[in-house]
This record gives sequence, C-alpha cells and structure tokens, in this order.
Amino acid sequence: MLLLGIVLSGFLLATVAPWLHRVLGRFAGVVIAMLPLGICVLLGTRAADIAAPGGAVVESFEWVPGMGVSLDFRLDGLGLLMAMLVSGIGAAIFIYAGGYLKGERQLGRLYAYLLMFMGSMLGVVLADNLLLLFVFWELTSVSSYLLIGYDHAKAKSRSSALQALLVTGLGGLAILAAALMLADVAGTMTISELAARSDVIHDSPLSLPIMLLLIFGACTKSAQFPFHFWLPNAMAAPTPVSAYLHSSTMVKAGIYLLARFSPVFAADVLWAPLLTWIGAATMFVGAWLAIRQSLLKPLLAYSTISALGAIVMSIGVGSTYAVEAGMVFLLSHAFYKGALFMAAGAIDHETGEKDVDKLGGLGRAMPLLFAATALAGASMAGILPFLGFTAKELTFKALLKSAAAGPEGIALVAVFTISAAFGVVVAARIGLSPFIGKVRPTPVKPHDPPLALMLGPALLAVLGLAAAIIPAVLAMPLVRPAASAILAAEANPDLSLWHGFNLALGLSVTALVVGALVYVMRRGVVGVTEPLQRVLNAIGPAKIYDWALSGVIATAKFQTRALQSGYLRQYVFVTISTTVITMGITLALRGGLGTLPKMGEVRTYEAALVGLILVGAVFTGFARNRLAAIAGLGLVGYGIAILFVLFGAPDLSLTQICIETLTVVLMVLVFYMLPDFRNISAGPQKIRDMIVAGAVGAVMASLVLLTGGLRSGRDVSEFYAANSLPEAHGRNIVNVILVDFRALDTLGEITVLIVAAAGVYALMKVTPARPKREQEGGAP
Amino acid sequence: MNSTILQTATRYLLPLLLVVSLVIMLQGHNKPGGGFIGALIGAAGFALHGMAFGPKATRTALRVDLVWLMAAGLAMAIASGLFAVVEGSAFLTGQWGSVHVPGFGSIKVGTPLLFDIGVYCVVLGVVMSIVLALLEE
Repeated sequence: MLLLGIVLSGFLLATVAPWLHRVLGRFAGVVIAMLPLGICVLLGTRAADIAAPGGAVVESFEWVPGMGVSLDFRLDGLGLLMAMLVSGIGAAIFIYAGGYLKGERQLGRLYAYLLMFMGSMLGVVLADNLLLLFVFWELTSVSSYLLIGYDHAKAKSRSSALQALLVTGLGGLAILAAALMLADVAGTMTISELAARSDVIHDSPLSLPIMLLLIFGACTKSAQFPFHFWLPNAMAAPTPVSAYLHSSTMVKAGIYLLARFSPVFAADVLWAPLLTWIGAATMFVGAWLAIRQSLLKPLLAYSTISALGAIVMSIGVGSTYAVEAGMVFLLSHAFYKGALFMAAGAIDHETGEKDVDKLGGLGRAMPLLFAATALAGASMAGILPFLGFTAKELTFKALLKSAAAGPEGIALVAVFTISAAFGVVVAARIGLSPFIGKVRPTPVKPHDPPLALMLGPALLAVLGLAAAIIPAVLAMPLVRPAASAILAAEANPDLSLWHGFNLALGLSVTALVVGALVYVMRRGVVGVTEPLQRVLNAIGPAKIYDWALSGVIATAKFQTRALQSGYLRQYVFVTISTTVITMGITLALRGGLGTLPKMGEVRTYEAALVGLILVGAVFTGFARNRLAAIAGLGLVGYGIAILFVLFGAPDLSLTQICIETLTVVLMVLVFYMLPDFRNISAGPQKIRDMIVAGAVGAVMASLVLLTGGLRSGRDVSEFYAANSLPEAHGRNIVNVILVDFRALDTLGEITVLIVAAAGVYALMKVTPARPKREQEGGAP
Repeated sequence: MNSTILQTATRYLLPLLLVVSLVIMLQGHNKPGGGFIGALIGAAGFALHGMAFGPKATRTALRVDLVWLMAAGLAMAIASGLFAVVEGSAFLTGQWGSVHVPGFGSIKVGTPLLFDIGVYCVVLGVVMSIVLALLEE
C-alpha cells in the first residue's frame, strides 16, 4: 500500500485543497507542504532497501485484469531519485507558493492543481505498467495545462497552455502507441520485465517504430529540439509553477522515460546516436538562445532547455561514466534551477521588475536572497565546490572518454564546452548582476523577501553545496542506485570534488573563463546569435506549430461551413450521395454489378404494379406543386405495400400502409409552414436531385439483388422459421424476431424513438432567443 | 378544422380504430400484427381525433401524459427482460406460462407479450407527441 498511497495521496489532498485554503488562509501552503515532505522522508527511509543493484519495492493491485492492466508500482533507484526530487522540491514549492501568491483568491485552486500534478508525476516515476505510465503521463500534461493557464483571463496564458498541451499531448499519444506495440511484441505490460526481453523486442520489425515513438514522446515532454518552443511560453504560469513543473520535475519526465527504457534499447544502433545528437543540439540551441534573453524567466527557461539537452546527451552516450554524469547533472540541475527560479520570482515579487538589465545593486537591500541566489548561480556555473561542478567534471570525463573513440566525441566535447560557457553567462546574469553594481530604481522599494519566499531557494542552494561537499550522505544514495538501474549493472560514481589537474578540469576552467568573457562582452555576442534567432523566427518549429494549428482551424472551419449548412435538404443530399458513391464504387470494383442473379418469371400483374410505382416516382419528380408531389409519393408507398402482400410479407405491408397514412397526416399538418415549393426544388437543382435519387435506387436495387444471390450455407431465415413455434411459441416469424429472438435490438430501437421524439419536441416547442445579428436584419 | 362531419365520423371511427389496433397488437404473435403496427393504427385514430377536435381535446382523450406513456412503455419492455434475469437466464430470454380462463381453456402467456405492449406504448407515445406538437404549432 506504500507506493499506491504515495501516488493517490496527492490526488486525495487536491480534492480538499481549496477548502483548506479557505479555512487556513495563509498557513495552507505550509500545511499542504507536510504531505510532500512526509512522502520524501518516507521514501528516504526505504532507500536502504533498494540500494543493492536490482533491489526494488514492488506493489501490484488488480485494475483491468482482462487487458493486462494492473496498478503495478515499483520503486527502484531511478524511481527513488525522481520521486524524492518531486516530493522534496514539491514541499518547498507549496511553502513558496503560499508566500508568492499571498492574498490571491484562486490560490486554493492552484494548490489543488499542484497536488494533482505531484500525484501524477509520482505516478509516472513509480508506475511499472506501460498503460499506467501512460495514464499518469497524460495527467501531468493535463495538470501542466491547467497550471500554465492558471491566469486564464490572459490570452497569452491560454494560448501557451494550449501549446504545451498540444505538443506534450502529441508526444503522449506517441507513447501510447509505443506502449501498445511494446506490450504486443514483448508479451508483457510490466516495464521491469521488458529489459529481460530486449532480444525479442530487438528482433521484432516493430522495434524501430517503438523506439522512435518513445524518443518522440520523451522529446516533446523534455522540450528537446525541435520541440523546445513550448517551454519558454510555459513561463506564462505563475513562478511557483515554473519552478516546479518546468524546471525541476515535469520536464524531466521525458528524461526519466529515456533512462527507464535505456536498458531495453541500448543495444539498438540508432538509440545512442539519436539521443546523443538530439541532446547535443538541444543543449546548444538552448544555451545559444538563453544568452539573448534579458527577462528573468525566459533566461532560465532557455538555460533549462540546454540542461535537459545535456542530460539526454549523457543518456545517449550511455557509457557508465556518462550515465552517472547524467544523473548527477539531473540532481544538481534540480537543486540550482529550482532555487534560481524561486529566487527570480522573489526578485520580481519584491522589486516589480523582470528585466535583468534594469536591475542592479540589490545586494545591499536583500542580502539573504543575494546569498541564496549566488550559491545557486555558482552551482549552475560549475564552480568548485558545488554539485554543478561535480556534474560538469563527470560529463567532461565521460565525453573525453568517448572522444578517444572518434571525432564525434571531440565535437561533443566542443559543444558541451560552449554550452557550459553560456551557462556561466546565464548564471552570472541572474546570480550576480542584479545584486551588484550601481543601484537601479525599481517599481517597488526592494527588501529581503519574507521567510516563505526565502526558505525554498535557500534550502535548495545550500543543498547544491552540501551535496557536493559530503556526497556520501546527500548525493551518493540517490545517484548510485539510479545509475545502476539505468545501466542494469552496478554503478559506482566518483563524486569527489578534486581529481587533480587533468584535462576535464582544464575544460571546466576554460568554460568558466570563456563564460566570463562572454558575460563581459555580451552585447557583441548577442549580435552573433541574431541569425539563428532570425532563422527560427522565420521557419522554426514554433512557426511550424503556428502553421499547423491555423491549418487545423482553417480545415475545421471549412469543413463546418461545407457540411453544417443548417439546411435539412443539404444534410440529406450529402449523406445520401456519400453512401451511394462509396457503395457504388465498392460494388463496381468488386465486380458486384456484373453478377446479378437470374430472375424468375415476371407475372403480368407484378409488372403492372411496378409500372404504377415507377409512374408515381417520375410524377413526383416532375410535380409542379407540393400536393401533387405528396400524391405521387403516396402512389409509390402504397404500391410497395401491395408488393409486400404479393410476396408474402403481410406485416411489412401493414406497417407500410400505416406509415404512408401517417406521413400524409404529418404532411397536412406542416403544409402551411413549409417554404415555397418552387424555391427549394426547381431548375438544375431538380435535375441534380433526380440523378441522386436515381443513383440511390440503382445502387440499392443492385445491392439487394446481389445479397439475394449470395445466400449460401446455413440460412438465417430458415433457422427462424424452424424455431419460431417450438422455441418462442409464435407462428408469426416477423413478430417473434422482433419481440423475442432480437428483442434487444427492438429495445434499442424504441429507446432511439423516444430520444427522437424528445428531439422533435425540443425543436418544435423550445424557441431559442434570436441572436442579435438576425434581429438587425443580417444574414443568418 | 371545425367540421361536423369529421367530428361525427371520428366519434365512431376512433373506438373502432382503437379496437382494431389492440387486436392487431395481441394477435401479432401468431398472425400479422404486433405492437408496432398496432400502435401506428391507434396513432392514426388519435391523429384523426386531433384534427377533428383539436390537440387539447386529444390530450384529454389520451388520458395519460405522453411522456409517462413512453416511459412506462420502455419500463415494461425492460421489465419483461428482467424476468429471465431473475430466473438465471440471459436478459430478455422469453419466459412462458399458461393461464386458465374459465370457459375458454388455457392461454399461453409470456414475457414477449409484455415486451410488445411496451413497444406499443412507446410507439404510440412517440408518434402522438410529434403529431400533437405539430398540431399545436
């Protein structure tokens, strides 16, 4: 029950969060934070159980046993790292949100969404069933949508929320497809069993599509190039949300997925190069675009994209070193980026200024925040002795190792060095530049933020330092089992800070020095980044998204205009001609028209009756007024009723006569309300309608003749004839079929009838208020 | 439509049509007929009444609200299927018994009859609610 409880508790608390906010007021955030804190501590106590390679806490509950879907949860090293980040940072975020949005009326709703997100995210990292993973994955997208669109009165929030939902939702569908194929190929839905069957998966022709779909889904979620564009827009969310979802947790779901499936696909020749280069490209583009920004949150958003790229790259390289480096990077990034986001929010909150270039000299007014931000910034820049430094060192070491193998490795080292240098610039711009130098006037007189806003950034920043200094306590127990789980082998990362003077250290220092230089000369460098931005603006993925979205909307509009005319005759025309055309084509292609069965002898009175019906039909077509048309139709209808009698179907005949009679009655009733007959049926329209009507008749007649000739084997009607009296005590087969053999169909039909009657009644009796447009004499 | 001829004729035709409609419904299991056809004949009778005396009079003549008629019909049809469920067979399996009527002999009675009466009520209700709605326009 432990894991299920952990996942569900967030959802349960979410249902009462608005009420808690109303009752507890400003203390609600702190009270709610106790849940994630408790989860984090609880998970921490289980760390020892899963420290051994392959060790895991496993739970399983039945859900949809018929489809192999069960509530399987599994806590292993990777899951522990992610779940502790999600819950631990979550605790800080709830306290922070309580302070940041103090006095906001809708804060209770924000708490509820955040809790829902936390539950979903914990579900993603703890689920051990493919479909369960998909469900939680989608729930994170949904809660992200609600959170980005929290400020729903703003059009920008709404469009950003929709963009994030569409991009990550598309990825979610890809993952569903991949999950279903994977389950089919491997014969199991249990994720932890997949690695053992990687040979089977690898040999299947579906292996490549599964892998590509998974990578696609992960890339949309983790904002990998070219799907990175939604993340900066997601900054429309309140800062606590950005700090939680869009820097430290949700965007790492894609990385989690790649890491989780790494043991399954690592053997594939495409897996490593794809991830490596997607990651490297993302890292570079993110870093390149980040230094262009001057607003606090976009600056952080682009550098987040860069960091996510770096982690994906590490997973792609896939060596023991690289995976260890990736996990350390993930941990350190969660610490410093969460801290920097919260700090950025605090700066904005206390000064009313979002532009880094317009901030300066805040250090004296807000010393505590300066300290926290500088610590986090130092970790981001990769300065000794912070966890960011350890992560960077390990990454350099891993890349250098692969650089020995070929020129691609050298290229990776170069790209990583440049990106790291740009990371230093971002770190300096947020951690340093607002606090030093000349004091700039700000909209609000700055002072240190209240405790609620300070606690989160300070805690995370200090963690980034402490984890590097005493890795055995704070980093090792998380990183080592996680790396072991990804590698499916024992990992033993070397987290010590000092390795002596070597090439990795040299590259770290180079990145720092280059970063410092770029920071000083950033105005010149921004000009250099201009072309990339211009290309992305013109034909970049964001543009393509816009085109695709407006294309979809235009298609929907066109289709609605074309199909939903509001005229019954139009609907009938479209429905019938579609049926006739599709059916006619199928009949013609399958040779159905050529194989009409031999017909029996035609008697004189049968021919006369058919002639009469034909005359009625043609007369209806040429009738000048409605009354004549009704009479003509009546001739057809009664003629068919007689035909039924002649061919031994008295029930059908009776029904047909009744229906004809009632049709006439209804026609009489609505006669005066109908539009002028000549207006709706005249000229070329009439000829078109007659052609359609003729085609319907021809296609239906050939279909009936064809099916009549196709009867073979056990005949259904013979079964009914034989069983009607002994089984159902009735001699009238038609009625017995209706009320006994196929009674369920009849039950469905009378239900539909009642619904139809309700519809007719509503159309007749409920007159809606006329739209204003119409009253003003505009076209409807 | 205020026609004395139509009104007088309707006074005699409606009961006749209703009797026919009931007979058609009841004989349906062995001879041509059934709930659906019976209801259409009955509806024709009431439609005639509506045209002769107006929709308000017809609503009174019907005695039951049409919504209730439809609902009761559907409920009867579903209930007829539930007998089988109680017995342990599949929903809507026909269940039969015989009733002894003094001076007539025994008659077989089954749940399909109840089902057919349900169909009758639904169809009559649906057609009449459409006809009356149009008449009231």
